[in-house]
Amino acid sequence: MKQSRRQTLQAAGGLGLYGAFVALGLLPASEAAAQQFNAKAFEAKTIADTMKALGASAPAESKDVSIISPDIAENGAVVPVGVKSSIPNTQFIALLIEKNPFALTAAYDILEGAEAEVNMRVKMGQSSDVYALVRADGKFYMAKKEIKVTLGGCGG
Amino acid sequence: MADPMRIRAVAKDGGADVRVLMAHEMETGQRKDSSGALVPAWHITQVTAALNGKQVLTAYWGPAISKNPYMQFKVAGAKAGDKITISWVDNKGDKRTDEAQVK
Repeated sequence: MKQSRRQTLQAAGGLGLYGAFVALGLLPASEAAAQQFNAKAFEAKTIADTMKALGASAPAESKDVSIISPDIAENGAVVPVGVKSSIPNTQFIALLIEKNPFALTAAYDILEGAEAEVNMRVKMGQSSDVYALVRADGKFYMAKKEIKVTLGGCGG
Repeated sequence: MADPMRIRAVAKDGGADVRVLMAHEMETGQRKDSSGALVPAWHITQVTAALNGKQVLTAYWGPAISKNPYMQFKVAGAKAGDKITISWVDNKGDKRTDEAQVK
């Protein structure tokens, strides 16, 4: 009788623990999935380090990659920037801002069905060169543009 | 749970032009509050877009995307009535999925 009670308790305790582990494990799991993409690239501070983390050693400057944005942005908190690539088989687009605390701003995997053009709004701390990095057929291409910011956007 | 996204998908030139506006604070982790303590980063890290259930685009975002992020992209071969599904996950594990029909 005693034995069975102990076993029951152990079983119940074990189950509770297991449940707790799953609950605990779940959150980091989804976070890990979200961060699965190259956390290193997002932590890189300079353009060169970011490109290295993305595996793009020396991207060729290409006219087929364009950055669509105003030359002068009034509000650095909301700078509309678009990247467009007319290189066939574009698989990946990244946007890098040189003078932000972390250069990599956004990266996009272009899967089958999507066109190689994305627009977004970004924050810029100050006037800076902006780089668009594109991967097509395993090769990297880039474009560069300077965007002037009259009012910094990353807050004090 | 976060507020719903606003998704507009318009059929255009044999594809669809999709515009998404998400409601999110997008805290950079650089800002300090009034007492001088750093406000921890809180931002969307990943956005996925699917056309009729088939994934077409994955976006990975850092904290430098503006507050209440806006994103626009084009899907080739989408027609009116097709379903566009957008989901995001932030660095706290919060997530949201919304869908819209191509018009």
